[in-house]
Amino acid sequence: MNQDNNNKKGISRRDLLAGLASLPVLGVLGYGLHLQSQDRKKFNSSRLHNLNIQIPKGIPLLVDGPQLRLGIVGSGSRGRYIMKALGFVNPARIDEWTSNASKDKYWKEYLNEFLSQKNLNVKVTAICDVFDKNAGSGLAAAANIHRNGSSGQMADIPKRFLTYPELCASPEVDAVIIATPDHLHVPIAIEAAKHGKHVYCEKPLSWTVEETFEIRKVVKDTGIIFQLGHQGRQTESYQVARSLINQDVIGKISLIEVCTNRNDPNGAWVYDIDPEANENSIDWKQFIGPAPWHDFSPERFFRWRCWWDYSTGLSGDLFTHEYDALNQILDLGIPHSAAASGGIYFYKDGRTVPDVLNMAFEYPKRDLTLLYSATLSSEKNRGKTIMGHDAWMELDETLTVYPDRSSTRYRKEIEQGFLEPGKPFYSYVPGQDKVDAITTPTEKYFAGRGLLYTYRDGKTVDTTHLHLREWLNCIRLNNGAQPSCNIDQAFEEAITAHMGTISYHENRRTFWDEVNEKII
Amino acid sequence: MEFSKTKLFALVSLRLVIGWHFFYEGMVKILNPAWTSKAYLLDSGGFLKEIFGWIALNDAVLWVVDAMNAWGLMLIGFSLLIGLFTNISAISGMILLFFYYLSHPALPGIEYLFPVDGSYFIVNKTIVELFALFVIFAFPTSQNIGLERFYDKAKNTRA
Repeated sequence: MNQDNNNKKGISRRDLLAGLASLPVLGVLGYGLHLQSQDRKKFNSSRLHNLNIQIPKGIPLLVDGPQLRLGIVGSGSRGRYIMKALGFVNPARIDEWTSNASKDKYWKEYLNEFLSQKNLNVKVTAICDVFDKNAGSGLAAAANIHRNGSSGQMADIPKRFLTYPELCASPEVDAVIIATPDHLHVPIAIEAAKHGKHVYCEKPLSWTVEETFEIRKVVKDTGIIFQLGHQGRQTESYQVARSLINQDVIGKISLIEVCTNRNDPNGAWVYDIDPEANENSIDWKQFIGPAPWHDFSPERFFRWRCWWDYSTGLSGDLFTHEYDALNQILDLGIPHSAAASGGIYFYKDGRTVPDVLNMAFEYPKRDLTLLYSATLSSEKNRGKTIMGHDAWMELDETLTVYPDRSSTRYRKEIEQGFLEPGKPFYSYVPGQDKVDAITTPTEKYFAGRGLLYTYRDGKTVDTTHLHLREWLNCIRLNNGAQPSCNIDQAFEEAITAHMGTISYHENRRTFWDEVNEKII
Repeated sequence: MEFSKTKLFALVSLRLVIGWHFFYEGMVKILNPAWTSKAYLLDSGGFLKEIFGWIALNDAVLWVVDAMNAWGLMLIGFSLLIGLFTNISAISGMILLFFYYLSHPALPGIEYLFPVDGSYFIVNKTIVELFALFVIFAFPTSQNIGLERFYDKAKNTRA
């Protein structure tokens, strides 16, 4: 149709119209972009940008100092995990990981993460475990100072101590790591502290109320560096949460809900029973320790968490993780009262600790309730939620903040349509250098789903490794610096958990007498 | 190229709507300094998933990819809208769309965090747009409706 035009010379009116016909479209698009940028301007001028949020800045450096000599009491599964976080793994395990890594990308990353883990300048000079097999495995890991497979070079095997008092007394040991069942934490920690050894103790701090006071006194009197094994202290999103709450982003907090949702035998503490376990390979009497006597039972040995005789149940074992996270964020301290209920509803396997537990802790001075709800037979995910008048915060490895429809603080933004109730408006993903103020639907969607990445400096980092490093740094600094989960934090953790447990046992509300430091 | 009125209308409309889409997508990204493809890339699936993940986690690379993507979208869209250099734009647009497809291929067994707005097997809207650009390339209309008309005219005048 334009053949005629093309044959003519010069630009006709028709050419002009045809050539520029599409340009009005640009005008429409320009208007669209103008509307878009108006929205953005409104957003940029909003209060969401005026925050000074503290983002953890990478991994703290390792403090220089002499090599520290560690004694491990309890080299079972948790003890061996701690040893891995320190850089020591049984060469047979390395063989297994290497073989898996050749076939599977996940294992390749797992192996690489371990191999590239920072050397903490420590060595394990002593192992004590009442089960021969665990002790042997711990010793082999400790000798593997070059992180080799079984064909690689090993250092000398460290000494195995048959009892923890001997290990604690050894001049070859500077610091002790305790990864035993709950009922042995305090006796070992006291023994270590009395010998001037620094202590890293797995959570919970204590098995009874009385020993909670004892260990606090001994740690303070001896001046050792004590760290309780709540590695959640190293979780970046908690540090960001604290910063956001301190700047009143979510308003007055009235309720906090934390949960445990597990639904598999392993999660319910029904661990495998090792066929090599027998009365000859296990020092049963030492295992029993301060607990009431019971005849040898491999079931009780491996599944000790199921009996009050050795365990602190859901309250001590799993609630404490949640509590410590919130104590870190909000400085909650010990509650005024606790009320607990629950029962053994699913795992009727002879256990004495409940598998469903609900606890309400009251903080009248803070005008808030901390609610814990746990089941070992449903995985319906209920995260940590901190509920404020203006917004609520969901916490995990990631952090997401949602505005409340009836917020006073954000009323204007909600009316303007800038904030949508129930849609996230802040998110934090570990490893990012900023807290995102969320604007686009895509961002809101991703934030709501929570992209689960645990990157710090672009790499995955084991929080247990960071938690141990912090403890070692304080030991080396030797200037009064305390680790983040020190004995005071540990004391608050243990007393809170005990208040819940006592309430469950006695079917009554328990109270904390702050003046006399007594549970009543 | 000579087209009947209907064909020309159909082809120019197709060129303009794709141009519209590219230009707006590009401009929105350029005008928003906080925009990044990071989350989209991290959500990648398919056999190149790791490469896209690597891009997402390397700030310098991500910056280049983001800039090329945003400016590429805008320039391709602008070119299609005004009808200038549309052949090269159509090819560039196809390449860009192919990368999007590689990042989020519509294959069974791959799930994305971002919801899909329909049911797709191999062919999704990205592929449809890609082939629509192929049509734009095969049946260029910018010499009929678009600035290339003047360019062409000038060439003819010189000749």
